[in-house]
Amino acid sequence: MLELYALLIFMLLGALIAVENHDLLSSVIAVGTVGFGLCIVFLYLGAPDLALTQLVVEILALVILIRSTVALTVPETYKGREFLAYLMTGIFILTLLFFSSRALSSLPSFGAPLMKVSKEYIALGTSRTGAPNLVAAIMFDYRALDSLGAAAVLLVSILGVITILRLKGRK
Amino acid sequence: MGGIRLIVKTITRITLGIIFLFGCYLTFAGHLTLGGGFAGGIIVAISYILFVLAYGEAAAAEKISRFWAGVIMCLGLLLFIVIALWGMWDGYFLGNFLPKGDPHDLLSAGTIPWLNLAVMLLTGAGLFLAFLLLIGFEVAPQEERGT
Amino acid sequence: MIVYLACVLLLSIGIYCVAVKKNLIKMVIGIIIMEYAVNLFLVCLGYRTGGVDPILGANGPAARLMDPLPQAMALIAIILGLATTLLTVALALQIYKKYGTFDITKMRELKG
Repeated sequence: MLELYALLIFMLLGALIAVENHDLLSSVIAVGTVGFGLCIVFLYLGAPDLALTQLVVEILALVILIRSTVALTVPETYKGREFLAYLMTGIFILTLLFFSSRALSSLPSFGAPLMKVSKEYIALGTSRTGAPNLVAAIMFDYRALDSLGAAAVLLVSILGVITILRLKGRK
Repeated sequence: MGGIRLIVKTITRITLGIIFLFGCYLTFAGHLTLGGGFAGGIIVAISYILFVLAYGEAAAAEKISRFWAGVIMCLGLLLFIVIALWGMWDGYFLGNFLPKGDPHDLLSAGTIPWLNLAVMLLTGAGLFLAFLLLIGFEVAPQEERGT
Repeated sequence: MIVYLACVLLLSIGIYCVAVKKNLIKMVIGIIIMEYAVNLFLVCLGYRTGGVDPILGANGPAARLMDPLPQAMALIAIILGLATTLLTVALALQIYKKYGTFDITKMRELKG
């Protein structure tokens, strides 16, 4: 439990550094460390399949961000801060924290989930689908429509990248 | 800087095949152990991206051009939909109709290895194409502002 | 309960970054931080104390397995987060080509 708290504090500090830093390269690298910390938290919470996918997705996002954008700009400073934006965001976040703490206290406690549906998956999953990996059995047999949706969304987003970055514009 | 480029090119030449093979292993053993189509496809895309970063885009265009990457990406999603519609024959959409062998065999679990293969083709080729487009985009704001 | 509140705190850091900052790339970073917070919350919902990973060994299921359903959902969410990042970075690059800057206070004119 203590390692989980230490890793969460590390992630929160990394997110704060990513948000507040003036240099873009440092911000992108700080987001990278938040992603790697998340990967270690997934390992601690017993999800190795997720940790593997999060690791490679994080590496790909870092490579894309650094290669595409950070080579372009010079760091700029902005004159004046808008007081109204800070005030409204502060009020909104305080409201969010207050109401979410009341809602989260009615969830089942951390470490003892209800598992109404997962009892069936664990008991009958391997014999009905023939796959020992329960996460893959759920993702590609019980809930294969979600994977079809994810694959379609990935294809459409890559089509969007092709369309937005058209090399020859319209004249 | 000639020395550093030589080190990068040599290491890339040695490790490219191993990375690609690891991506294929994660895909085909996805129903037995960790992995699955998405993680394996991203690792295959990373192996091609490593080739582009070390040898340049012109050398990579001889191996696999943008057109063929787009074709393989669409073939992956088409394979997924064909398997899904085939399950409607005597079942339901996305039904698991192939025989499920003994657990822990390589060819077991019905349609799950084939769906993993389809997702690997889609993710690998698609993410490589997106990376090529993002780094090949020329930003030259001076000419745009002048018009 | 403290773990859930840490997830909401990470989400609020992401919201603050998108709402207040004036650089486009900082907004992309804020969206990425929000995605991390949501995935962490999903996986924390399926944690059982004393459980092992939901991959069966050679001799059947162990005594306690972690909940596999939120893990499958979070895996899909990670892939969708990657798609979002790709599209927003492409948009930011096209905007840089048109205006020459990432600063949103300088993008007042509507160009054709």
